[in-house]
Amino acid sequence: MQTIGDALRNALHLVLTLDPGVREYALRSLLIATVATGVASLIGIPLGVFIAERDFRGRRAVVTITNTLLALPTVVVGLVVYTFLSRSGPLGGLHLLFTVPGIMIGEVFLVLPIVTAFTLSAVARTDRDVRTTALALGASPTQALRTVVSESRFGVLAAIIAAYGRVVSEVGVATIVGGNADRFTRTMTTSIVLNVDMGNFGLALGIGIVLLTISLSINVVFQSLQGGTAE
Amino acid sequence: MTALLALHEVLRTYKERRSNRPIQALKIASLEFARGETAAIVGPNGSGKSTLLEMLAFLRPPDQGRVVLDGHDPWLAGDPVEARRRCPLLLQRTVLFKTTVLGNVMSGLQFRGVPRGRARQRAEETLSQLGLAALSNRGPRELSGGERRRVALARILALAGDILLLDEPTAHVDEDNTALIEDAIRRLHVAADGQSTVILATHDSQQAARLAQRVIRLSKGEITSMQASP
Repeated sequence: MQTIGDALRNALHLVLTLDPGVREYALRSLLIATVATGVASLIGIPLGVFIAERDFRGRRAVVTITNTLLALPTVVVGLVVYTFLSRSGPLGGLHLLFTVPGIMIGEVFLVLPIVTAFTLSAVARTDRDVRTTALALGASPTQALRTVVSESRFGVLAAIIAAYGRVVSEVGVATIVGGNADRFTRTMTTSIVLNVDMGNFGLALGIGIVLLTISLSINVVFQSLQGGTAE
Repeated sequence: MTALLALHEVLRTYKERRSNRPIQALKIASLEFARGETAAIVGPNGSGKSTLLEMLAFLRPPDQGRVVLDGHDPWLAGDPVEARRRCPLLLQRTVLFKTTVLGNVMSGLQFRGVPRGRARQRAEETLSQLGLAALSNRGPRELSGGERRRVALARILALAGDILLLDEPTAHVDEDNTALIEDAIRRLHVAADGQSTVILATHDSQQAARLAQRVIRLSKGEITSMQASP
């Protein structure tokens, strides 16, 4: 069993030598996380605002379902998406199984509830007083809504950060839908699982530390964005 | 007296949360405000002052009756955004947007489509008049309670409209800031050659007497007395 010290040395070595394998897995993981979070945000932010703002029949049930989906196991999402994308599935003709776009689709379904629920919560928390203040200053209903969304931006950004973190760190969807094929669909997390299976604990820990460093850097960037506006 | 703003046979109720029973929030047979008048609505908490101001600001429609501005009922045409723009309201609870003081004071002007440069100029003038120019670039969290209230007042005054509605303008504000806010309200009236109409709600009878020409007393949503200030 290798020690933490070995792992740190491994991680340092992987970073300093720009190990081509790790670089490839890291870039693939970041690409998948960026696209999946982007698509989930494009759908989830308007959806969260809509649910927060509109009073419709069954709203409470929709909110409960959205919150329940936050705890969706990644392997379940992977399994469902696998079923749809497999050759005999309804979307089998698209040949997306064991591809990067296939993983992205799975990740979108995984993080859509996160973006929607966090946005909903942020907007609902902000809404009443900000909306009334904007209307009292002469805003039209559209301008008031825009103001509410703008005032909720820290919560919405938190939703994006949480979604990004979830995609970068998850392994279930990437393994089941992606198949962990070297040079095609292997990501940092699936690579860690593989190395643990092969007994390369030091390398697995090293890749894990690289993954943590990337996550930390991304969070620092997001937090500097949050802090960039006067509160 | 030509009424600029008026309420006719207005009734507003809300439902009690537990029993769902309708509770009367406001019941006014007739109330008129003349152009250039400064009126104070006085009453204890829960007497309907805020509900009345929100109705005069066209934020809430009456359940029954009409709220009339310059002889027209703006609710008949759907969302009364133009009426709201003429009757800005300083809400009792101060909410400043997450931008700078200057950005806050510009916000109402930008809702009206005033170009950014002109809005900025107007906001800077207003902040100077209220002695707040030094705070222009601060965020809401860097302000004291009294400063926040004065910025909220500046945001309304920057609109330079002919009607101004103020709900407890000096709520939770210390003596010094109260004096500054009252002075700004008085100066506004003078600056507009007495043409601006100011309607303010307060629980402080002495403040009402200091600022208003007419004092309207409310209790449980109904007018109990109306008299000229001494």
